[in-house]
Amino acid sequence: MVRGLLPTFPQVVCVDDGSRDGSAQAASEAGAVVVRHALNLGQGAALQTGFSYALDDPAMRYVVTFDADGQHQVPDAAAMVERLRRDEADVVFGSRFLDERTRPGLLKRVVLKTAVHYSNATTGLHLTDAHNGLRALTRPVCAAIEITQNRMAHASELVHQIAQTEARTVEQPVHILYTDYSRAKGQSVLNGVNILTELFFK
Amino acid sequence: MLIQIILVAGLVIGGGLLLVARPVNARHLALRRLGLLAFVAFGVLAIVAPSITSWVAHRVGVGRGADLLLYLMFAAFLAFVATTGRRHRELERQLTVLTRRIALDEVRPPSGSDAQSSHRP
Repeated sequence: MVRGLLPTFPQVVCVDDGSRDGSAQAASEAGAVVVRHALNLGQGAALQTGFSYALDDPAMRYVVTFDADGQHQVPDAAAMVERLRRDEADVVFGSRFLDERTRPGLLKRVVLKTAVHYSNATTGLHLTDAHNGLRALTRPVCAAIEITQNRMAHASELVHQIAQTEARTVEQPVHILYTDYSRAKGQSVLNGVNILTELFFK
Repeated sequence: MLIQIILVAGLVIGGGLLLVARPVNARHLALRRLGLLAFVAFGVLAIVAPSITSWVAHRVGVGRGADLLLYLMFAAFLAFVATTGRRHRELERQLTVLTRRIALDEVRPPSGSDAQSSHRP
Protein backbone atom coordinates (compact mmCIF):
# COMPACT_ATOMS: atom_id res chain seq x y z
CA MET A 1 0.00 0.00 0.00
CA VAL A 2 2.86 2.34 0.85
CA ARG A 3 4.44 1.53 -2.49
CA GLY A 4 1.17 2.45 -4.17
CA LEU A 5 1.21 5.84 -2.49
CA LEU A 6 4.83 6.82 -2.97
CA PRO A 7 4.78 7.68 -6.68
CA THR A 8 2.00 10.20 -6.13
CA PHE A 9 2.76 11.18 -2.54
CA PRO A 10 6.49 11.20 -1.87
CA GLN A 11 6.06 11.96 1.82
CA VAL A 12 4.33 9.00 3.39
CA VAL A 13 4.29 8.70 7.17
CA CYS A 14 2.91 5.69 8.97
CA VAL A 15 2.07 5.93 12.61
CA ASP A 16 2.73 2.67 14.39
CA ASP A 17 0.36 2.66 17.34
CA GLY A 18 2.09 0.00 19.42
CA SER A 19 1.79 -2.74 16.83
CA ARG A 20 3.33 -6.07 17.65
CA ASP A 21 3.40 -7.46 14.15
CA GLY A 22 5.95 -6.63 11.51
CA SER A 23 3.87 -3.94 9.84
CA ALA A 24 6.07 -1.03 10.95
CA GLN A 25 9.15 -2.74 9.57
CA ALA A 26 7.39 -3.49 6.31
CA ALA A 27 6.22 0.10 5.97
CA SER A 28 9.71 1.41 6.60
CA GLU A 29 11.20 -0.94 4.05
CA ALA A 30 8.61 0.20 1.54
CA GLY A 31 9.82 3.73 1.97
CA ALA A 32 7.49 5.27 4.54
CA VAL A 33 8.61 7.24 7.55
CA VAL A 34 7.45 5.36 10.63
CA VAL A 35 6.52 7.22 13.80
CA ARG A 36 6.11 4.75 16.60
CA HIS A 37 3.92 5.03 19.71
CA ALA A 38 5.46 3.12 22.60
CA LEU A 39 1.94 2.35 23.80
CA ASN A 40 -1.26 1.65 21.95
CA LEU A 41 -3.20 4.88 22.24
CA GLY A 42 -5.86 4.57 19.55
CA GLN A 43 -6.59 5.77 16.07
CA GLY A 44 -7.36 9.34 17.10
CA ALA A 45 -4.03 9.68 18.87
CA ALA A 46 -2.24 8.16 15.88
CA LEU A 47 -3.89 10.67 13.57
CA GLN A 48 -2.85 13.59 15.73
CA THR A 49 0.71 12.28 15.89
CA GLY A 50 0.67 12.12 12.10
CA PHE A 51 -0.57 15.70 11.96
CA SER A 52 2.11 16.84 14.40
CA TYR A 53 4.78 15.17 12.32
CA ALA A 54 3.49 16.78 9.14
CA LEU A 55 3.31 20.20 10.78
CA ASP A 56 6.95 19.90 11.82
CA ASP A 57 7.87 20.02 8.16
CA PRO A 58 7.85 23.68 7.13
CA ALA A 59 7.45 22.74 3.46
CA MET A 60 4.22 20.83 4.08
CA ARG A 61 1.15 22.42 2.50
CA TYR A 62 -1.38 19.60 2.29
CA VAL A 63 -2.04 16.56 4.46
CA VAL A 64 -4.04 13.49 3.50
CA THR A 65 -5.30 10.99 6.08
CA PHE A 66 -5.29 7.55 4.50
CA ASP A 67 -6.28 4.31 6.20
CA ALA A 68 -3.66 1.58 6.29
CA ASP A 69 -6.03 -1.33 5.77
CA GLY A 70 -6.39 -0.95 2.04
CA GLN A 71 -9.86 0.59 2.05
CA HIS A 72 -8.83 3.79 0.36
CA GLN A 73 -7.77 4.39 -3.20
CA VAL A 74 -4.78 6.50 -4.20
CA PRO A 75 -6.53 8.17 -7.17
CA ASP A 76 -9.25 9.42 -4.82
CA ALA A 77 -6.63 10.93 -2.53
CA ALA A 78 -4.83 12.52 -5.46
CA ALA A 79 -8.05 14.05 -6.73
CA MET A 80 -8.75 15.51 -3.30
CA VAL A 81 -5.36 17.19 -3.06
CA GLU A 82 -5.79 18.52 -6.58
CA ARG A 83 -8.96 20.29 -5.42
CA LEU A 84 -7.01 21.83 -2.56
CA ARG A 85 -4.31 22.95 -4.97
CA ARG A 86 -6.92 24.63 -7.15
CA ASP A 87 -8.04 26.44 -4.01
CA GLU A 88 -11.55 25.03 -4.31
CA ALA A 89 -11.64 24.44 -0.57
CA ASP A 90 -9.53 24.15 2.57
CA VAL A 91 -10.72 20.69 3.54
CA VAL A 92 -11.95 17.78 1.44
CA PHE A 93 -13.89 14.99 3.10
CA GLY A 94 -14.19 11.69 1.32
CA SER A 95 -17.69 10.30 1.06
CA ARG A 96 -18.68 6.82 0.02
CA PHE A 97 -22.30 7.85 -0.48
CA LEU A 98 -21.84 10.36 -3.27
CA ASP A 99 -21.64 7.79 -6.02
CA GLU A 100 -22.48 4.17 -6.51
CA ARG A 101 -19.01 2.67 -6.38
CA THR A 102 -19.14 1.59 -2.75
CA ARG A 103 -21.73 -0.86 -1.49
CA PRO A 104 -21.71 -1.28 2.27
CA GLY A 105 -23.96 -3.85 3.90
CA LEU A 106 -27.40 -2.79 5.13
CA LEU A 107 -26.55 -2.73 8.84
CA LYS A 108 -23.39 -0.79 8.26
CA ARG A 109 -25.27 1.66 6.09
CA VAL A 110 -27.89 2.23 8.78
CA VAL A 111 -25.25 2.79 11.44
CA LEU A 112 -23.29 5.19 9.22
CA LYS A 113 -26.38 7.16 8.27
CA THR A 114 -27.27 7.51 11.94
CA ALA A 115 -23.77 8.76 12.63
CA VAL A 116 -24.18 11.26 9.79
CA HIS A 117 -27.41 12.64 11.24
CA TYR A 118 -25.83 12.94 14.68
CA SER A 119 -22.74 14.60 13.25
CA ASN A 120 -24.69 17.05 11.12
CA ALA A 121 -26.86 18.00 14.06
CA THR A 122 -24.02 18.53 16.50
CA THR A 123 -21.29 20.05 14.36
CA GLY A 124 -23.17 22.33 11.98
CA LEU A 125 -21.34 20.77 9.06
CA HIS A 126 -23.46 18.86 6.58
CA LEU A 127 -21.67 15.78 5.37
CA THR A 128 -22.95 12.65 3.74
CA ASP A 129 -20.32 10.39 5.33
CA ALA A 130 -19.28 11.30 8.86
CA HIS A 131 -16.87 8.45 9.48
CA ASN A 132 -14.72 8.38 6.39
CA GLY A 133 -10.99 8.13 7.06
CA LEU A 134 -9.97 9.69 3.73
CA ARG A 135 -9.56 13.43 4.18
CA ALA A 136 -7.36 16.15 2.77
CA LEU A 137 -6.47 19.27 4.75
CA THR A 138 -4.47 22.37 4.05
CA ARG A 139 -1.74 23.35 6.46
CA PRO A 140 -3.67 26.20 8.18
CA VAL A 141 -6.57 23.87 8.96
CA CYS A 142 -4.22 21.15 10.16
CA ALA A 143 -2.50 23.63 12.45
CA ALA A 144 -5.82 24.84 13.85
CA ILE A 145 -7.06 21.48 15.07
CA GLU A 146 -5.96 19.21 17.88
CA ILE A 147 -7.50 15.79 18.34
CA THR A 148 -7.90 14.86 21.99
CA GLN A 149 -10.13 11.82 21.53
CA ASN A 150 -7.67 8.95 21.35
CA ARG A 151 -10.06 6.21 20.39
CA MET A 152 -12.98 6.00 18.07
CA ALA A 153 -14.63 9.32 18.86
CA HIS A 154 -11.88 11.19 17.03
CA ALA A 155 -13.72 11.35 13.71
CA SER A 156 -16.61 13.29 15.20
CA GLU A 157 -14.23 15.53 17.11
CA LEU A 158 -12.31 16.26 13.93
CA VAL A 159 -15.43 17.24 12.04
CA HIS A 160 -16.54 19.41 14.95
CA GLN A 161 -13.20 21.24 15.14
CA ILE A 162 -13.07 21.78 11.41
CA ALA A 163 -16.57 23.20 11.52
CA GLN A 164 -15.39 25.62 14.19
CA THR A 165 -12.52 26.89 12.04
CA GLU A 166 -15.11 27.85 9.41
CA ALA A 167 -12.79 26.52 6.73
CA ARG A 168 -14.30 25.86 3.32
CA THR A 169 -15.17 22.19 3.16
CA VAL A 170 -16.24 20.04 0.24
CA GLU A 171 -16.91 16.36 -0.21
CA GLN A 172 -15.33 14.08 -2.73
CA PRO A 173 -16.85 10.81 -3.90
CA VAL A 174 -14.48 8.02 -2.96
CA HIS A 175 -14.47 4.29 -3.34
CA ILE A 176 -14.13 2.23 -0.17
CA LEU A 177 -12.88 -1.27 -0.76
CA TYR A 178 -14.17 -3.73 1.82
CA THR A 179 -11.76 -6.60 2.05
CA ASP A 180 -11.78 -9.39 4.60
CA TYR A 181 -8.86 -7.71 6.32
CA SER A 182 -10.57 -4.33 6.54
CA ARG A 183 -13.77 -5.95 7.71
CA ALA A 184 -11.89 -7.68 10.52
CA LYS A 185 -10.22 -4.42 11.50
CA GLY A 186 -13.31 -2.25 11.10
CA GLN A 187 -15.59 -0.92 13.74
CA SER A 188 -18.34 -3.09 15.05
CA VAL A 189 -21.80 -1.64 15.49
CA LEU A 190 -21.36 -1.86 19.25
CA ASN A 191 -18.50 0.58 19.01
CA GLY A 192 -21.11 3.23 18.31
CA VAL A 193 -21.93 3.00 22.00
CA ASN A 194 -18.29 3.60 22.87
CA ILE A 195 -18.06 6.54 20.51
CA LEU A 196 -21.09 8.29 21.93
CA THR A 197 -19.96 7.66 25.51
CA GLU A 198 -16.50 9.05 24.85
CA LEU A 199 -17.90 12.14 23.19
CA PHE A 200 -20.33 12.76 25.99
CA PHE A 201 -17.88 12.32 28.83
CA LYS A 202 -15.02 13.98 26.91
CA MET B 1 -38.68 14.56 52.91
CA LEU B 2 -35.43 16.33 53.52
CA ILE B 3 -33.30 13.31 52.71
CA GLN B 4 -34.79 13.06 49.26
CA ILE B 5 -33.89 16.67 48.53
CA ILE B 6 -30.37 16.12 49.80
CA LEU B 7 -29.83 12.93 47.82
CA VAL B 8 -31.28 14.21 44.56
CA ALA B 9 -29.28 17.40 44.82
CA GLY B 10 -26.15 15.38 45.53
CA LEU B 11 -26.81 13.10 42.58
CA VAL B 12 -27.40 15.96 40.17
CA ILE B 13 -24.31 17.84 41.34
CA GLY B 14 -22.24 14.67 41.16
CA GLY B 15 -23.48 13.95 37.65
CA GLY B 16 -22.73 17.52 36.65
CA LEU B 17 -19.19 17.24 38.00
CA LEU B 18 -18.64 14.15 35.91
CA LEU B 19 -19.48 16.01 32.73
CA VAL B 20 -17.38 19.06 33.41
CA ALA B 21 -13.73 18.48 32.67
CA ARG B 22 -12.08 20.73 35.21
CA PRO B 23 -8.35 20.58 35.84
CA VAL B 24 -7.35 18.94 39.09
CA ASN B 25 -5.73 21.43 41.39
CA ALA B 26 -4.60 21.74 44.96
CA ARG B 27 -7.94 23.05 46.13
CA HIS B 28 -9.73 19.95 44.90
CA LEU B 29 -7.16 17.77 46.57
CA ALA B 30 -7.57 19.57 49.89
CA LEU B 31 -11.34 19.42 49.66
CA ARG B 32 -11.18 15.75 48.89
CA ARG B 33 -8.93 15.09 51.86
CA LEU B 34 -11.19 17.06 54.15
CA GLY B 35 -14.10 15.12 52.79
CA LEU B 36 -12.33 11.87 53.56
CA LEU B 37 -11.56 13.07 57.05
CA ALA B 38 -15.18 13.99 57.65
CA PHE B 39 -16.18 10.63 56.29
CA VAL B 40 -13.90 8.82 58.72
CA ALA B 41 -15.05 10.99 61.61
CA PHE B 42 -18.66 10.30 60.79
CA GLY B 43 -17.92 6.61 60.52
CA VAL B 44 -16.21 6.53 63.90
CA LEU B 45 -19.12 8.43 65.42
CA ALA B 46 -21.62 6.03 63.95
CA ILE B 47 -19.72 3.08 65.38
CA VAL B 48 -19.11 4.56 68.83
CA ALA B 49 -22.58 6.04 69.29
CA PRO B 50 -24.97 4.14 67.04
CA SER B 51 -28.01 5.95 68.40
CA ILE B 52 -26.74 9.15 66.83
CA THR B 53 -27.33 7.82 63.35
CA SER B 54 -30.91 7.04 64.26
CA TRP B 55 -31.35 10.53 65.62
CA VAL B 56 -29.94 12.14 62.49
CA ALA B 57 -31.94 9.75 60.32
CA HIS B 58 -35.20 10.73 61.97
CA ARG B 59 -34.38 14.39 61.54
CA VAL B 60 -34.05 14.06 57.77
CA GLY B 61 -36.95 11.66 57.33
CA VAL B 62 -35.25 8.28 57.11
CA GLY B 63 -36.57 5.33 59.12
CA ARG B 64 -33.35 3.83 60.43
CA GLY B 65 -29.80 4.99 61.03
CA ALA B 66 -28.56 2.09 58.98
CA ASP B 67 -30.64 3.23 56.02
CA LEU B 68 -29.16 6.72 56.28
CA LEU B 69 -25.70 5.27 56.30
CA LEU B 70 -26.54 3.31 53.19
CA TYR B 71 -27.76 6.39 51.35
CA LEU B 72 -24.70 8.37 52.34
CA MET B 73 -22.49 5.49 51.32
CA PHE B 74 -24.13 5.47 47.91
CA ALA B 75 -23.55 9.20 47.50
CA ALA B 76 -19.93 8.84 48.61
CA PHE B 77 -19.43 6.06 46.08
CA LEU B 78 -20.75 8.20 43.24
CA ALA B 79 -18.45 11.02 44.25
CA PHE B 80 -15.57 8.57 44.24
CA VAL B 81 -16.46 7.35 40.75
CA ALA B 82 -16.68 10.91 39.44
CA THR B 83 -13.35 11.93 40.95
CA THR B 84 -11.55 8.81 39.87
CA GLY B 85 -12.97 9.05 36.37
CA ARG B 86 -11.74 12.58 36.01
CA ARG B 87 -8.28 11.72 37.27
CA HIS B 88 -8.11 8.75 34.94
CA ARG B 89 -8.93 10.92 31.93
CA GLU B 90 -6.26 13.42 32.94
CA LEU B 91 -3.71 10.63 33.30
CA GLU B 92 -4.60 9.31 29.88
CA ARG B 93 -4.17 12.76 28.38
CA GLN B 94 -0.73 13.10 29.96
CA LEU B 95 0.26 9.65 28.76
CA THR B 96 -0.79 10.56 25.22
CA VAL B 97 1.25 13.75 25.20
CA LEU B 98 4.28 11.91 26.54
CA THR B 99 4.00 9.02 24.09
CA ARG B 100 3.62 11.44 21.20
CA ARG B 101 6.67 13.42 22.29
CA ILE B 102 8.78 10.26 22.44
CA ALA B 103 7.42 9.00 19.13
CA LEU B 104 8.24 12.24 17.32
CA ASP B 105 11.69 12.47 18.90
CA GLU B 106 12.61 8.95 17.85
CA VAL B 107 11.59 9.14 14.21
CA ARG B 108 14.01 7.42 11.90
CA PRO B 109 14.08 7.81 8.12
CA PRO B 110 12.70 4.92 6.08
CA SER B 111 14.95 1.90 5.71
CA GLY B 112 13.70 1.02 2.24
CA SER B 113 16.03 1.19 -0.76
CA ASP B 114 13.57 3.42 -2.59
CA ALA B 115 13.56 5.74 0.40
CA GLN B 116 12.36 9.29 0.09
CA SER B 117 14.96 11.99 0.64
CA SER B 118 14.89 13.03 4.23
CA HIS B 119 13.85 16.64 4.72
CA ARG B 120 15.04 16.96 8.25
CA PRO B 121 18.53 16.81 9.78
